[in-house]
Amino acid sequence: MNDMTLMDNTVDTQKIKIAAKDVNVYYGDSHAIKDVNVEIEDKTVTAFIGPSGCGKSTFLRCLNRMNDTIDICRVKGDILLDGEDIYDKRVDPVQLRAKVGMVFQKPNPFPKSIYDNVAYGPRIHGLAKNKTELDEIVEKSLRRGAIWDEVKDRLDAPGTGLSGGQQQRLCIARAVATEPEVLLMDEPCSALDPIATAQVEELIDELRSQYSVVIVTHSMQQAARVSQKTAFFHLGNLVEFGPTGQIFTNPEDPRTESYITGRIG
Amino acid sequence: MPTFWLVALLLALSAAGFYGGRRRAIASAAGDVKDLHSLPSYYGYHVALAAFVPAIGALAIWLLAQPMFIETRVSGMIPAEAVPESSTIGLVMSDVRRVAEGLDLAVEQGRLTAREARNVANSGQDVRALMGEMGVALGDDVRPEVLTAAQAYRNLSKTGRTAMTVVVALLALGGFAWAYSRTHKDFRARNVVERAVLALLILAASLAILTTVGIVLSMLFETKNFFGLHSWTDFFFGSTWAPNFRGGSELSILPLLWGTLYISFIALAVAVPVGLFAAIYLSEYASGAVRSFAKPLLEILAGIPTIVYGLFALLTVGPALANLFAKGGLLGVEWMAGATSVLTAGLVMGIMLIPFVSSLSDDIINAVPQAMRDGSLGLGATKSETVRQVVMPAALPGIVGAVLLAASRAIGETMIVVMGAGAIAKFSANPLESMTTITTRIVSQLTGDTDFASPETLVAFALGLTLFVLTLGLNVLALYIVRKYREQYE
Repeated sequence: MNDMTLMDNTVDTQKIKIAAKDVNVYYGDSHAIKDVNVEIEDKTVTAFIGPSGCGKSTFLRCLNRMNDTIDICRVKGDILLDGEDIYDKRVDPVQLRAKVGMVFQKPNPFPKSIYDNVAYGPRIHGLAKNKTELDEIVEKSLRRGAIWDEVKDRLDAPGTGLSGGQQQRLCIARAVATEPEVLLMDEPCSALDPIATAQVEELIDELRSQYSVVIVTHSMQQAARVSQKTAFFHLGNLVEFGPTGQIFTNPEDPRTESYITGRIG
Repeated sequence: MPTFWLVALLLALSAAGFYGGRRRAIASAAGDVKDLHSLPSYYGYHVALAAFVPAIGALAIWLLAQPMFIETRVSGMIPAEAVPESSTIGLVMSDVRRVAEGLDLAVEQGRLTAREARNVANSGQDVRALMGEMGVALGDDVRPEVLTAAQAYRNLSKTGRTAMTVVVALLALGGFAWAYSRTHKDFRARNVVERAVLALLILAASLAILTTVGIVLSMLFETKNFFGLHSWTDFFFGSTWAPNFRGGSELSILPLLWGTLYISFIALAVAVPVGLFAAIYLSEYASGAVRSFAKPLLEILAGIPTIVYGLFALLTVGPALANLFAKGGLLGVEWMAGATSVLTAGLVMGIMLIPFVSSLSDDIINAVPQAMRDGSLGLGATKSETVRQVVMPAALPGIVGAVLLAASRAIGETMIVVMGAGAIAKFSANPLESMTTITTRIVSQLTGDTDFASPETLVAFALGLTLFVLTLGLNVLALYIVRKYREQYE
């Protein structure tokens, strides 16, 4: 966990996966997100940081339209996934969520077996033609979730019986199983101990080779460790967005600097 | 002194104790309330409780024990040969009590002076006629032994009441004085009052438990009497229910149990799907406005008295079914003889159980964490897939518990089946025939002119106990399942 390594995080230019333009979000009368413009690159880990209530989780939930489940929430502006507006009427939010997977703050395995947890998405979307294919998907996903070796002998055991860190990796495997293009993570380590956190962070770094990962975190060390791009949110505004190294060592905006130094120093 | 005034006096004394205790406490701290160990009112409560509780306790025990004591003393005075052939000592004693109360009443109303009442045996007055005038009915003329016993009864009661007044008054004054003398600024009145509250709570809890035990025991004794008169093999394994008050009845529970379970089954077949779907709609799909409007409306159903449901069965559902299935009905079949049938009672009972099932299931579905739903929706599942594959399996144990609770209510339900199901005990698979249930037979065996020494009456207790065991078992099972489920998310 050496903070000095953050300078080494590679910043290759990748194609833009998600582009948000002038996004505003309202909860009833309160204006939660104000004119946010951000471009999220493919095969890159993008971290959203900022104080509690700054709107980073709200913005994350806009990216796969999870905010649709909240009645009073309204989203204005454009969010383009591969150039296509995800808030367009023709887009089915259910299909969208299969493409943009999500991992939540608290591990939330279903009260089913480990196997059924991972097979849940593929079954719903009909990704496997037969049992053998499904078995393959489950194994591949669990391997990507870096949990295969720990659970391969007890795939029939309930997912709720695993430890917190294992549960979170199971949830990541479950999200990966539907072959998403983007993986959204809402403070995935906040309920985990340091060892489990380290395992999940390592996993996030590996996932970067295949997916675009967006992670909301309260820990600036974590953002520095795992991300290549960092966005700093404050009171619903996107204050600064840029390469992680630059944000942490040479921020342009005084608010970013005071937040980072206030926490790290 | 009448009991009412005694209690009023006790209350007055404890009210005085409250103010006295409080004033004394404040005085002991020289008017500075902060110097007291407890707030002044605690000292007041302490004195009030000490004056009231022991006295009222003694009063209650005395009132319960005195009649029993007098009863044994007086019944010992009646010689065995004074009990007529056709009667029992119990009946004679009830005559004694009635005469004694009648004489007291006569004195109270001024028909007799206290002296005349004492000497009524020698005055040659017709005691039965005198009693009749006051509305105290006696079976036959008052015999001298009964009159003597009644006088003894009156004397004992009078002495007893005087003694009771004295004891209660002494206890109250003693308690008052003791607590008052202990009131001092360092006395921990708050802790004492706290213990009194604790004692009250324990008393309430044990009363509820003791009552349950008492109910079970009373049923158990009567059931034992029944099995002394009737063979248990016929009761549990016979096939016919044919009570005959001239004797030689066949009293088997099985036809009744069949009717009970059949009707409950139909009721659950109605209530479980409708209630469950209603709960799913309300908890998963309905908007806040609809929910806040529809849920109370649905729960109004639960507030309707079962007798009203019975009327609904008798006047609406039964005739409607008869219109379809009976002779001359719309379907042109003749499957139904009258309006009462298993289906009538089952349907109406099902309607009764809908809010029960829906409100329990609604709570259970709401207890499934939102994180489960988010997880499923986040994987691209639709709402109904989420409900079917994640929410329902997670809520299933709780819902099974709710269904079992509903089943135990269905089995114990009385009014709807009395009015809707009919009175014929038989085994039949046809839901359009009328059948009867355990509860309706209990009602019919115990209403009207009954003799509590015949198996035809006592069978009601055996039926009741069986029903109790049945529903208790279901409830225990349901609670076990619900509790096990609850642990999962805590």
